[in-house]
Amino acid sequence: MREKLIYLFSAVAMALLVWDLYRIFMMLPDEANQGAIYRIIYFHVPAAITSMVGFFVAMVASALYLISKNLRFDSVAAAVTEVSVVFAAVNLVTGSIWGRIIWGIWWTWDARLTSMLVCWLLYAGYLMLRRAIDEPTQRARLSAVLSIFAFVDVIIVWKSIEWWRTQHPGPVLSIRNGGGMAPGMESPLWWNLLAMALVAASLVLLRMRQEGIRRELDAMRRHAHAI
Amino acid sequence: MDTRNFTYMFYGFVAAWAIVLAYVVSIAARESRLRKELDRVRKMIENREN
Repeated sequence: MREKLIYLFSAVAMALLVWDLYRIFMMLPDEANQGAIYRIIYFHVPAAITSMVGFFVAMVASALYLISKNLRFDSVAAAVTEVSVVFAAVNLVTGSIWGRIIWGIWWTWDARLTSMLVCWLLYAGYLMLRRAIDEPTQRARLSAVLSIFAFVDVIIVWKSIEWWRTQHPGPVLSIRNGGGMAPGMESPLWWNLLAMALVAASLVLLRMRQEGIRRELDAMRRHAHAI
Repeated sequence: MDTRNFTYMFYGFVAAWAIVLAYVVSIAARESRLRKELDRVRKMIENREN
């Protein structure tokens, strides 16, 4: 079942991405002030939303682990966090490239950029913590606590453009009452978000399969020591 | 299409997919390592039990 889902999600994501790329490059009108570079938003924003949704799922899975002590929830949290860190990196890098052209600088320490970098560092720390602890239950407990605390920063990232005056643009999407994009320019962004979410889901399923193998390996190692 | 800043837009798209691709390659490498380790431990257990 999991294998079929991986293939299905990947195939639908690929088809959507090809269609979206065609729309983004061939059908969308140009932005008057920014030129071609504005099209980065079609990857920058979906990558950010994908990573934030992922961090939320990881936080919920971590809380469920602490309640139930079921290591499957720990596997879900680990898999989702790792994939979300990748999409957060995509968000940071594409944003930096956009900033180089529009602001004339690669980076600025404003609230949105700084909180996003801190978010990335926190979850990268989560992944490093997992590598540093061998004992599965201790690893699961400590990383679950870190995942729940780290999620506070995700909320700060999300709200930072409303709470502070940032160099980063304010809300542009209609769901946040931004209204900064024409409806025809906004819809490819949502389709690209769906495509990225499906890519992320495929990667999470692949990572969960590996976590299953790792659990089996841990059990076999314990058995090998016992005989 | 307006070609101003096209090069940097191209860098952005390439960077985004290069990061995802590098991660996919790392997942594939890990899977291969895990399966080899699983086979090794399985054989070790079989040898000890026989």
